[in-house]
Amino acid sequence: MSKFLKSIPLIALLAGLAAPASAEKFGLGRAALPEEIAAWDGDVSPNGDGLPAGSGDAIVGEEIFAEQCAVCHGDFAEGIDNWPKLAGGADTLDHEDPLKTVGSYWPHLSTAFDYIKRSMPYGNAGTLSDDEVYAIVAYILYSNDLIEDDFVLSDETFADVELPNAQGFILDNRAETEYAIWSGEPCMENCKDEVKVTMRAMVLDVTPEEDKPATAEVTQANAAKAEETEEAPVEAAAPAIDAELAKAGEKVFKKCKACHQVGAKAKNRSGPVLNGIVGGASGAVDGFKYSKALKAAAEGGLVWTPEELAAFLEKPKKYLKGTKMGFAGLKKEKDQAAVIEYLKTFAE
Amino acid sequence: MSDKKTPGAPSRRAFLSGAAAASAGAIAAGTARAASPDPLITQVQPWAQELGDGVDATPYGLPIEYENDVIRRNVEWLTADTVSSINFTPIHALDGTITPQGCAFERHHSGAIDLKKQDYRLMINGLVDTPLVFSYADLERFPRENHVYFCECAANTGMEWAGAQLNGAQFTHGMIHNMEYTGVPLRTLLEEAGLDTAGDLKDKWVFVEGADASSNGRSIPMEKALDDVLVAFKANGEALRKEHGYPVRLVVPGWEGNMWVKWIRRIEVTDAPVESREETSKYTDVLENGIARKWTWAMDAKSVVTSPSPQAPITHGKGPLVITGLAWSGRGAIKRVDVSKDGGETWETARLAKPGEKMAMTRFYLDTDWDGEEMMLQSRAMDDTGYVQPTKAQLREVRGLNSIYHNNCIQTWLVRSTGEAENVEVS
Repeated sequence: MSKFLKSIPLIALLAGLAAPASAEKFGLGRAALPEEIAAWDGDVSPNGDGLPAGSGDAIVGEEIFAEQCAVCHGDFAEGIDNWPKLAGGADTLDHEDPLKTVGSYWPHLSTAFDYIKRSMPYGNAGTLSDDEVYAIVAYILYSNDLIEDDFVLSDETFADVELPNAQGFILDNRAETEYAIWSGEPCMENCKDEVKVTMRAMVLDVTPEEDKPATAEVTQANAAKAEETEEAPVEAAAPAIDAELAKAGEKVFKKCKACHQVGAKAKNRSGPVLNGIVGGASGAVDGFKYSKALKAAAEGGLVWTPEELAAFLEKPKKYLKGTKMGFAGLKKEKDQAAVIEYLKTFAE
Repeated sequence: MSDKKTPGAPSRRAFLSGAAAASAGAIAAGTARAASPDPLITQVQPWAQELGDGVDATPYGLPIEYENDVIRRNVEWLTADTVSSINFTPIHALDGTITPQGCAFERHHSGAIDLKKQDYRLMINGLVDTPLVFSYADLERFPRENHVYFCECAANTGMEWAGAQLNGAQFTHGMIHNMEYTGVPLRTLLEEAGLDTAGDLKDKWVFVEGADASSNGRSIPMEKALDDVLVAFKANGEALRKEHGYPVRLVVPGWEGNMWVKWIRRIEVTDAPVESREETSKYTDVLENGIARKWTWAMDAKSVVTSPSPQAPITHGKGPLVITGLAWSGRGAIKRVDVSKDGGETWETARLAKPGEKMAMTRFYLDTDWDGEEMMLQSRAMDDTGYVQPTKAQLREVRGLNSIYHNNCIQTWLVRSTGEAENVEVS
């Protein structure tokens, strides 16, 4: 963080040591202001350099984690689908397919703080307060059985926590272990007695198909779907939009953006495209693999009226048991209304 | 141009297989004989009669539609989300060494962002005499250089550690591209900020960070930073593509692609590495005993036959065959490439299209006469340090099976007598 400031005494110290004459300068650029450096220089080093003042514990962290992180990383930091697992994996590093988590693999706690502070939450980076980051890091430590739930993680106590795999790394030693062996004049003839195929990629069959993008077919499918749903009350579903509320909803929607897209270029991601969702039939987005629960609801004729959407958004898992949506929910009615208003601005 | 097809004109595929049949029968004579006159020659074709597009039709061109399968592809099951993912260069369909930007692989951690030149700022801070901020226009006023370098993701071929998985050179070796970069040496910018404050530079580092939401940050030893690292704003003569870090990215010759920070916004001189997520939890290499190597930055010498390969089968039957591929080394220039047709029992030295250049791709050719028999094609690169590309068995012997990154093993394609090829492992 403030390496520049800390370095000022060093200038005096090293003035005599600085060897080469200054290189030619071009006089380009301008001096960075301290506020600018403070805004961008957020990295945290293993020795604690750059840690901001603050604190948090696992109990507070659990709530924040559920709200901000669990959608991808799971309520218990166990990871959902292909998203990173943050807990578990102790003593697996020398096994087949080791599970590399913050607890089992990461050497420095500073790395977790640094990464969460600068790069998380996914799709809404840099929005967590320092205390929230301390609390989330504490919760991840707790999930890995590395601290008790009453341990308060802070800039003061940070150095007290040593991660189990702190000593698990060596510097690149390829020069000694590999380069010496794999060099020199290689064999050109009679290098092997016999050659047999021992494994074939075709057997595994995990290579993507090379079909060209079937744009025409997709369009046709959409047309067919439009015909099927032509009875939907299209005109009634286009009410006046409260622009101010929609604008507030755009902010709330940041929480949804990690999984959902809207607009002309929107594609299905972890969640379906949400164009036309308000007032639209549920389970109706082409190419999205819905949960069994949602498919059943769709077959039952569920339409996403603002009321139904609000109920779903409040507590997704309670509203629809078995939903794939791993989102903790929007507790505030105001947020629900705002995000629904925002979604109304994206018609099919 | 007219869209209508000449009646009776053969499709490209039919033409190829027809030619294969014809040549197979006439090898002894040295030339194939046509059974009947080729209507593509005897009949006037629309393109020879009508007018083509005007110069205003395509202000910036894409390849012709017949090449629209030469595209980047991704492997959906690899990652949770395409926004934090990777795709693959169609190396099986390219020749020469320069990768066109439009099909050069992409790797993002939080998606490819829109960043205008006017909004671009580059900060240099930390242990420098004067922390500085540069605009894009400032960067264009420093003396600049041109260099061709390959950029390879450390995970290239990573899916193949445990065994032959993906059927195509694009998927096994396509996390790589090779471009001509224009940029300012990082050394110039560091010297502009002044390094006297840093004192002895031997144990100093630079931490480089991107402007996107992932804020990808990596620590680079000062020695490398002052040696050949470029702050680049052009590739292959034109502006960087959005997906490759427009308007400015870092170029770290020979070292793993993750360090080539895109949308670079900050360079901090430090007295120790930051040990960020991308240099601890990722891009480290777990050995058999559970201990992991870190700071494995250099990409070792590697090569692959790009054609024939699973996505580029032989379609012409026996006779003259061009076997071709790519070789590169992050520790120097490629000196030699050998090719084996029998899974590594015997080798012949291929022809390099041009002498190898440091940390850049080299194209090799083996112009051969195929007898139509099954082949187990391999290539083996050697660089000017004397290093010889190892087999997968050799790599596993030293590193075990749990590595992900830095798999530079010799690749085998089983080419059948039909000309089809498959990714295999051999004894």
